[in-house]
Amino acid sequence: MLRATDLVFGFAQRRVGADVSFALAPGETLAVLGGNGAGKTTLLRTLLGLLRPLGGQVTLDGIDVSGMPESERALRAAYVPQSHGPVFGYTVEQMVLMGRAAHLAPLARPGRADHRVANEALERLGIASLARRRVNELSGGERQLALLARALAQQAPVMILDEPTASLDFGNRVRVLQELDRLRAAGLTIVFSTHEPDQARAHADRALLLGHGRPLALDTVERALTPESIMQLFGVPVRIADADGYRVFVPAPQASDASIRNAVPRPR
Amino acid sequence: MSDSQHAASTLDARERPDRQGTNRALLLLAIVALALIALIALCAGPFAASPAQVADVVWSRLLGHPVAGIADEIVWRIRMPRVALCVLVGGALSASGAAFQHLFRNPLVAPETLGVSTGGALGAAIAITLGAGALVLQIAAFAGGLLAVAAVVFIARRLTGHEPLVTLILTGVVVASLLGAAISLIKFIADPYNQLPAITFWLMGSFAAAKATDVVAMLPAALMAAILLGALAWRINLLALPDDEARALGANTPRLRGVVILAATLASAASVAVSGIIGWVGLVVPHIARVLVGPDFSRLWPLAAVLGAIFMLAIDTLARTLLPVEIPPGVLTAFVGTPVFIALLARTGREA
Repeated sequence: MLRATDLVFGFAQRRVGADVSFALAPGETLAVLGGNGAGKTTLLRTLLGLLRPLGGQVTLDGIDVSGMPESERALRAAYVPQSHGPVFGYTVEQMVLMGRAAHLAPLARPGRADHRVANEALERLGIASLARRRVNELSGGERQLALLARALAQQAPVMILDEPTASLDFGNRVRVLQELDRLRAAGLTIVFSTHEPDQARAHADRALLLGHGRPLALDTVERALTPESIMQLFGVPVRIADADGYRVFVPAPQASDASIRNAVPRPR
Repeated sequence: MSDSQHAASTLDARERPDRQGTNRALLLLAIVALALIALIALCAGPFAASPAQVADVVWSRLLGHPVAGIADEIVWRIRMPRVALCVLVGGALSASGAAFQHLFRNPLVAPETLGVSTGGALGAAIAITLGAGALVLQIAAFAGGLLAVAAVVFIARRLTGHEPLVTLILTGVVVASLLGAAISLIKFIADPYNQLPAITFWLMGSFAAAKATDVVAMLPAALMAAILLGALAWRINLLALPDDEARALGANTPRLRGVVILAATLASAASVAVSGIIGWVGLVVPHIARVLVGPDFSRLWPLAAVLGAIFMLAIDTLARTLLPVEIPPGVLTAFVGTPVFIALLARTGREA
């Protein structure tokens, strides 16, 4: 159970967002939707206890994450950061094995069982063939899959993903999203950030629309994601199109209509 | 799972023991090479001993029946401590360099980055100006190195920032330059006939005066560092990830970083105390080790230590046999280290 209560998040010098409250039960997924610089990553880092909240609190299974030792937190929540180029050339397998750190005693190194968990994670995502490749020689998408595999190897009941599909090609995007659906069905609590309203609608139960720190909406995806709220969030008019019963957001035809232009929030 | 994936994963399973075997063989090979170079070092010099003579001397010493004579005097009492000290210092500098490079996620970092050498040099310079003996000088250099790093860590932890590592490196650079200025001041006021040359030679590093007591003095710090690095080796890999990720994976990064800094500083401060400042070993050798076995720290640090010992011993043996006068090893490491480093950069690109 992941719960945020009256969360105020940001840095000592700069408040990024406020008024975020939600509780997620096992099997529930929250999509955090927002434009560039809306504070999505900052919020996710605060949920993970990597950043101390400026106000309110985050609890995992009823325990405040701020006071939790790292090793205990890592057993309860896994993190998939946006892919980065690491300095040293670890192999994918070595990288995924690092997901086992929280399960190991401080002086232990991964054993046979940990190798098995790591290999299972790689196979699940269809990247077993990358096991021997160096992480800094992979494409951005392959690296993202490796980071997801590492989080799977962590075997935590909560998984927090920062724009998990941002750098993926179509096939890998589908693969990652299907994996998220499977994890959700397996009872994991998932929070992921995205720029895509459709992704939020298709793969999450609830959506948090983050407009420069303040939630514009936090509700079930059906109620939170409307053409009006999306327009308010991203500043462009959208409408819902129906593709064989599959409803998607598409850009609305450019209207010269003054009423639409007035509805677009002006920058503060 | 598709057939190709299945094939790949069974292939992986088959590959693993081989690869581990390769790494172990590599380490073994390096140890054998080190033993060979040690033998050469014991033979070489103005008094050329044959390998058989060396074996004789060592064997009779190990049996506890030393045969008095010029061979025993030179091989056992003069060259052996020097060889042992080179091995210890080279190993310590290289292993701590590897640790610092992981810690800072930066392959251009060396043991000197946090000011251990400059602190040690200042301690030594003060001791020399005060006319202290060899033991006090070593203690002063060791303490100076530890104090400098402690000051850097203390100041960096006061300065809160998003980038604790960048703060730490910058603090190290700033503190080292302050200490460097203090050394210059001491050199300026030092007696130019006795103290100034002593300080200058000490700063260049040397094994010329190596004694068995130096080996004994260095051993505890080196062992302590080896135990700490060995015990935490796998977990030190986490420090090579961005801080957020390492913490999300369960690493208490400030504490882990503190222990690694302690281990690497103990080893390099002890090296500086017994041999003066010898650069390049801690920067270049970890690169070579990484090219050979990859970045996994549990494989990296033992190989880096052995290769560092080989490098140091080879350099020192060249330094004392190449010319009629001894070349300061710190100078030779730079002459050899620079081209090696550039060649490595050319070969491996940004991943070096």
